[in-house]
This record gives sequence, structure tokens and C-alpha cells, in this order.
Amino acid sequence: MSLDKLLVTGDPLILFSQIAIGLTMVGLVALITYLKRWKWLWNEWFTTVDHKKIGIMYIISGVLMFFRGGVDGLLMKAQTSRPDMEFLDAQHYDEIFTTHGVIMILFMAMPMLIGIMNVVVPLQIGARDVAFPKLNALSFWLFFAGAMLFNLSFVVGGSPDAGWTSYFPLAGKEFTPGVGNNYYAIALQIAGIGTLATGINFVVTITKMRAPGLKWMRLPIFTWSTFVTSIIIVAAFPILTVALAYMSLDRLFGTHFFTVAAGGDPMLWLNLFWLWGHPEVYIVVLPAFGMFSEIIATFARKNLFGYKSMVFAVVGIAFLSMLVWVHHFYTMGNSAAVNSIFSLTTMMIAIPTGVKIFNWLFTLRKGRIEFTNPMLWSLAFIPCFTIGGVTGVMLAMAAADYQYHNTMFLVAHFHYVLIPGVVFAVFAAVYYWWPKMFGFKLNEKIGKWHFWLFVIGFNFTFMPMFFVGLDGMSRRMYTYSESTGWGAWLGFSAIGSLVMAAGFAAFCYNIYWSFRYAERNVGNDPWNARTLEWATASPAPHYNFAKVPEVDSLDDFWYKKKAGKLGLKKSDIKPIHMPSNSWTPIFISVAFGIVGFFLVFEWFTLAIISSVLIIIGLIANTFDYDDGYHIPAEEVEEEEREWRGELE
Amino acid sequence: MTQANTPLEYRSQQHQMNIFGFWVFLGAEIVLFSTLFASYFVLEHNTAGGPAGQDIFILKDVLIETFLLLTSSFTAGLAIHSMRSMQKRNLIIWTIVTLLLGAGFLYMEINEFIHYVHEGASIQTSGFTAAFFTLLGTHGAHVTFGIFWISLLLVQIARRGITEKTASKFFIASLYWHFLDVVWIFIFTFVYLKGMM
Ligand code: HEM
Ligand SMILES: [Cu+2]
Repeated sequence: MSLDKLLVTGDPLILFSQIAIGLTMVGLVALITYLKRWKWLWNEWFTTVDHKKIGIMYIISGVLMFFRGGVDGLLMKAQTSRPDMEFLDAQHYDEIFTTHGVIMILFMAMPMLIGIMNVVVPLQIGARDVAFPKLNALSFWLFFAGAMLFNLSFVVGGSPDAGWTSYFPLAGKEFTPGVGNNYYAIALQIAGIGTLATGINFVVTITKMRAPGLKWMRLPIFTWSTFVTSIIIVAAFPILTVALAYMSLDRLFGTHFFTVAAGGDPMLWLNLFWLWGHPEVYIVVLPAFGMFSEIIATFARKNLFGYKSMVFAVVGIAFLSMLVWVHHFYTMGNSAAVNSIFSLTTMMIAIPTGVKIFNWLFTLRKGRIEFTNPMLWSLAFIPCFTIGGVTGVMLAMAAADYQYHNTMFLVAHFHYVLIPGVVFAVFAAVYYWWPKMFGFKLNEKIGKWHFWLFVIGFNFTFMPMFFVGLDGMSRRMYTYSESTGWGAWLGFSAIGSLVMAAGFAAFCYNIYWSFRYAERNVGNDPWNARTLEWATASPAPHYNFAKVPEVDSLDDFWYKKKAGKLGLKKSDIKPIHMPSNSWTPIFISVAFGIVGFFLVFEWFTLAIISSVLIIIGLIANTFDYDDGYHIPAEEVEEEEREWRGELE
Repeated sequence: MTQANTPLEYRSQQHQMNIFGFWVFLGAEIVLFSTLFASYFVLEHNTAGGPAGQDIFILKDVLIETFLLLTSSFTAGLAIHSMRSMQKRNLIIWTIVTLLLGAGFLYMEINEFIHYVHEGASIQTSGFTAAFFTLLGTHGAHVTFGIFWISLLLVQIARRGITEKTASKFFIASLYWHFLDVVWIFIFTFVYLKGMM
């Protein structure tokens, strides 16, 4: 294959990125070598099986991908900022909304949330780690390999361009012959396997590793939502696996699952995609609900109103989320009866969601509210998300959807759900749990800038889209004429997106500033919080808890803190068993990435040869009988004394 | 935690979790195969002028495959029985028998596929053949994987004997093997029998 087919050439924007990526890579390698940090990286991060470090790596990747996806968003906004704009051509616009959608949902939202789950959930249930630490590392590295492969498409071979939903027959070989959609099929597959493993891991962790006395109805609500989310992952991701496998077979081996010719059925793709895709939006939004619940309870200084109804609401939403997928294609020729049924099930989701909103409001009522950064995000979430929810109910009405379908109204709706429901939550969670990860707080004042710029920018960006949508501007339209009269709305919206970007920049600056200057030693419980993760040091020690806590009630930590019963006796400290680091997860994942790359280009011989690497990794793994090691009691004692003072 | 009447593979908390985790994984596998079956039912009649199930299926071969796989599940059970009574030699023997039966099944299945291709039904022929070969192929790939996996475990058992750890690994592999048997029963009923009717 010739070089100009392999590398994407000709576009100045891409050429610039290629140079930038190349220079960054060289720069990074040089910097790490200069600082002599390779060994440290390998030992402390690449081979780690510690859930907290894995969580941090997930979050870092998520922030990077948010940057990439955000730049895509800005490019699109720039292109539609004025009528007849000639900044991006149609093809390029297609590629950008596709990668934007995929990256935001699968490579930004998912890793951010899974990262926070990883950091927080084992601590919240008083566990030493997740059930399968090595599998956890494998999950991360598979996700990472998938994400890198997907991003590579931008400069090598060409990006996918059939939308994040990649509907057939458009996504088939016939209409998109390039390698772009091969990237989609294969990168998502690799990352998806990692996600499935995470789901299994957390189902087992939460079922089996809760501290003594931590009964189901005493479980913090974030852990509950993680548990339910994990079950949805286990139930939904295999469907994606199959759908992507069919897609790969169709594209790479000429089968006829989804083609129009030879008995394939494009509607099969739609059904499979949304059977996974709808639960997926709840996979990203339920953990966010859990985070808000923790944060609102903490900073309203009250226990969560209606804890039990919150739990039932999460379970109810999860159940319903599997029964509504057809609402994504009301207009594609279903019978009236089918549309009506799915319209009803969809609207039913509003009930448990409403329960949650009212519970948050009642928790706030008469609370002593503290307007910290995490709390601000949570407060802003409620009205913004409600707008998203209400417009969702509008879309759920099948008859009305014929008007809204595939317009900017829909785009505005799902951004009003996803940005408050995921991005606000992630910001809130990052501010809230930052001390648990790093031992200091992010700066509150820069945080306020971040907050106001982002929230105002967000509303300015997406509110106008409702109006142009109702006025008939269809989704994925890359340009429009003056006579439509949309120019003012969309120009306004583009400025809004710049304000939002400034908010994100403030966030990055905040991280930089706080790493350099923030006050250290904020104590183990800087927010005066309610749940168990705050019972141990901040940052949490490698072994999490010197002594596994015992739990007697909901919000046990809060009550014990009040009663002054949190001390640790010297005699309670025993040697702690820990799992060893392992090189197999990263090795296997890199191998998956390599095989995936060859498959994308349909170089099957190379793919087969390199899959030997995967097999080697798996064999090494099954013969691995390393049982971990013990941290001696003295070492634990030393570390505990550092933050607790003298032990009894 | 170590009671005498707890089976070896369940004695430590980690191994209990491993087994429970594997059950959850099997839950995911059930969804995976259900999706493959559902798609097969959608595409079953879309033969696009190519051969349909009743044109190509041969009952005799399928019956032999079924017999081989069901028997292998039985011998896998005997292997676990030997494991629980700490009879390493029997464990190894029954496992080898299981693997041979599995290999026999695969041999038959590959022949069956070659035969179909000769009849003009390759994976690229129609919606029906795509769904058929993918469903069967996924099952067959699972069997292949299982054979390699269990062979590697056999090496470990031979080297280390029956310990809590090898026992739990082996027990998990046997769950996997039985699961493939159950899937096959569904394939036999809803693909072959239904297709030949
Ligand atoms: C950061 C600010 C963001 C901006 C400026 C932005 C902007 C846009 C724009 C202009 C589109 C294209 C609409 C169209 O022409 O159809 C789009 C599509 C989309 N966005 Fe965003 N977005 C942002 C954040 C997000 C986030 C956080 C998510 C998800 C968590 C997300 C998910 C999506 C999806 C799934 C699509 C559909 C892609 C497709 O049509 O295939 N976006 N976004
Ligand atoms: Cu939906």
C-alpha cells in the first residue's frame, strides 16, 4: 500500500495535527528519558493493579479525550457559525461529528465514570481492592488500546464518517469503502471487551467484598448506582460485541448481515445498536446520579432524602432502559402499535427520574447548604438536566417525533442530558474526590471561574439549537443558506461554545495551579463527609484501610465520627495481603491494538501472525501463580501514625 | 473458613469470588448467544436464492456431533468428581477423554462446514448463511478455546497436583464446558431440527 493511502494527506488541518502529534510523541519520549522516568512509569503505573491508580489513569485518559472531542465540537460550531461557511467540507464535517460522538460517549464519558468508580467504590465498601485487580488493569489497557486505535484513524488511513450510530447500509463497504469504519468496528470492539470485564468485576466486588455489616440497604448510593450500572454493562455490552462482529464481517469478509443485497437486513443493525445504545446512555448517566446524591447529601449536611426510593428508582430505570430502544427509530416504518408501546415505556422512565429529582430537592430543603465547587455543579445539574428530561419526553411521543426526528432539537436534547448528566457530574466528582486521590483540594476560586464559564457557555451553546431544530434544521447539516435565518442563532451558539471551552481551560489551569501551589495536608476528611472512603487517609494508602471497617448503619462513618469512635488500636494492625503488579494486562492489550490495526487495513496475514502475541500473553497469564505479598504490620503502623498521630 | 465438607475449589474467599465472577461472565455469554440466536431467527429465511437449511443439513452428522459433545460434558463431570476425591490420575484421564471428544466434535463440525461450502453455502452467500456460520462458528470457536485452555490447566494439574488453586481453575473451566453443551442443545433444537422440519 502506498504511503499516501496510509497517511491522510492533503488537508492542512490534518497535516498540522500530524506534525503536532509527531512532535508531542517525540517530546514526551525525550522528556521521560531525560528525567529517567521509564522504570518508574513501568513499575508504578503501567503494570499496576491498584484500583486507585487505575482509576487515575482512566480519568487522565478521559480528560485527554474530552479535549479531543471538545475540539471536534468547536470545529463543528465554527463551521456552522455563519451561513455558507467554507471552513470544513462535507466529508470532513461527517468525520468530525462521527469521531466527536464516539469519543465523547465511549472514550470520554465511559473512562471518566469508570475511573471515578475505580477510585471510590472499593473505598466506599471498605475493601482492599476490586475482586479481580489484574482483570481491572486489563480492562483499562484494553480501553486505552481501543481509544488509541480509534484516534489513530485521524492521521492514518482516514476517520470513520457514518455517525456514531453508523447506520447501515451507509456504514457498509459499498458506501464507505475506506478504512474509517473499520476503525470504528474494531476499536470499539477492543474497548468494549474491556468495559464488559469492568462490569463483571464490579458486580462481583460489590456483591462479595463489602465490609462486615455493610448490608445492601446500607450501601452508599454511588456504590448502588455503580452496581446497577455494572449489571447493565453485563447485559448490554455483549449485544454490542455481536453487532460489531457482524459489522466487521460485513466490511472485512463480505458477508451479508446488514446489506440490502443477498438477504441482509439493515434494520437488524439498528435494533442491535440501540438495544445496546439506549442502555449505554443510562450506563453513563446512572453513576452520575449516584455522584450527585453523595455530594448533595454531604453539602446540604443532611442524610439523603428517600434513600430507599432512590435505590428503587435506579433499579427501575435500569430495567426500563432495556425496553425502549425503538424510540430511536420511530420513523423507520414500525407499525403504530409498536411505536405506541415504545412510546409508553419511554415515558415511564420519567417517573423514577422524577422521583430522583424530587429526592434531591427535598434533601436540599432546609439543609445548611455549602456552595463548594462540587455542590455548585450538582445544583446546576438539576435545572439543566430537567430541560433535557422534559424535551426527552417530547421526543418520546411517537407522533410528535416525526416532527423533531433527526433535527437539531434532538441534538440539543441529548446534550442537555449528557452534559449536565455526565460532564457536570464528572467535574463535581473530580473536585469532590480529588483530595482522596491526591491529598489536596483543587482551588475553589479558579474552580468558580471554571464553573460559571462552563455552565453559561453550555446553555448559550445548546439552547439555540432547540429553536433552529424546531425551525427544521436537520441534524448533521454542515452548511445552510442565509435565507433560513438561522445565522444569528448559530453564531450565538458558536460563541457559547467558546465560552465553554474557556471554562475547560480554567479547569486545566486549576489542575496545574493546584498541583503547584495548593495547600497540602488537608486531612483525611476535608469536606466533613458521610461515607466510608473518608475514613482512611487522603490520599488513600496503597492498602486502603489498616483495619477493615465494621458498619452498623447507613452513613455509619458520619455517626461514628460524631461519636468519636474512629480510632485505631495498634493491636488491630495485622500484615496486609496485596496483589502483585503484572505485565500481562498491558502486554495483551498492546497486542490487541496491533492485531486491531492490521485488521483495520485488512492485512490478514500480519494480523494472524501478531495474534500470536495475544496467545503468548494469555498463556503467561494462566501460568502465573503469583499470590501477591504482605505489607508488614510495622509499615502499616508507620503510615497510619503519619496522619492519625500516636496510636493507642 | 476451611470446613472439611466444603469442596476444595470453594475454600478461599478469592476462589469463591473467581467462581462467582465466572457465573457473571456466563451471564454475559448468555446475552451474547441470545443475540446471535435472535439475529439468526431474523435472517433465517433470507436465503437470497441460495440454499436454505433443509437443503444442506445432514441429520446423521449433527447427531454424531451432539453425541460427542454431550458425552464430553458427562466425562467432564467425571473429571470433577475425581478432582473432588483427590484422584489426580483419574482426573487427568477423564479430562483427556473430554478433550478428545471435544476435538472429535470440532473435526466433525469443520467437515460439515466444508461440505456446506461445496454445496454452495459459504458465509458470503446470504443473510441466512452469514447468521448460521457466525452462530455455529462462535460456538465452535468457544470449543476450540476451551480445548486449549483445559489443556493448559492439565499441565498445571500435572505439575502442581490438586490444590485449592488448580481445583478452582479447573472447576471454572468445567462450568465453561458444560455451558457450551447447553448452547449446543439450543443450536441442535432451534437451528438444525427446526431447519430440517
Ligand atoms: C463540549 C462541548 C460540546 C459541543 C460544542 C458539542 C457539539 C456538537 C455538535 C455541533 C454536534 C453535531 C450535531 C449534528 O450536526 O448532528 C454534536 C453531536 C454529538 N455530540 Fe456533542 N458537543 C459537545 C459535548 C458533547 C458531550 C459531552 C457528549 C457526550 C457525552 C456529546 C455527544 C454527542 C453525540 C453522541 C453526537 C452525535 C454524533 C453523531 O451525529 O454521530 N457531545 N455535538
Ligand atoms: Cu434511547
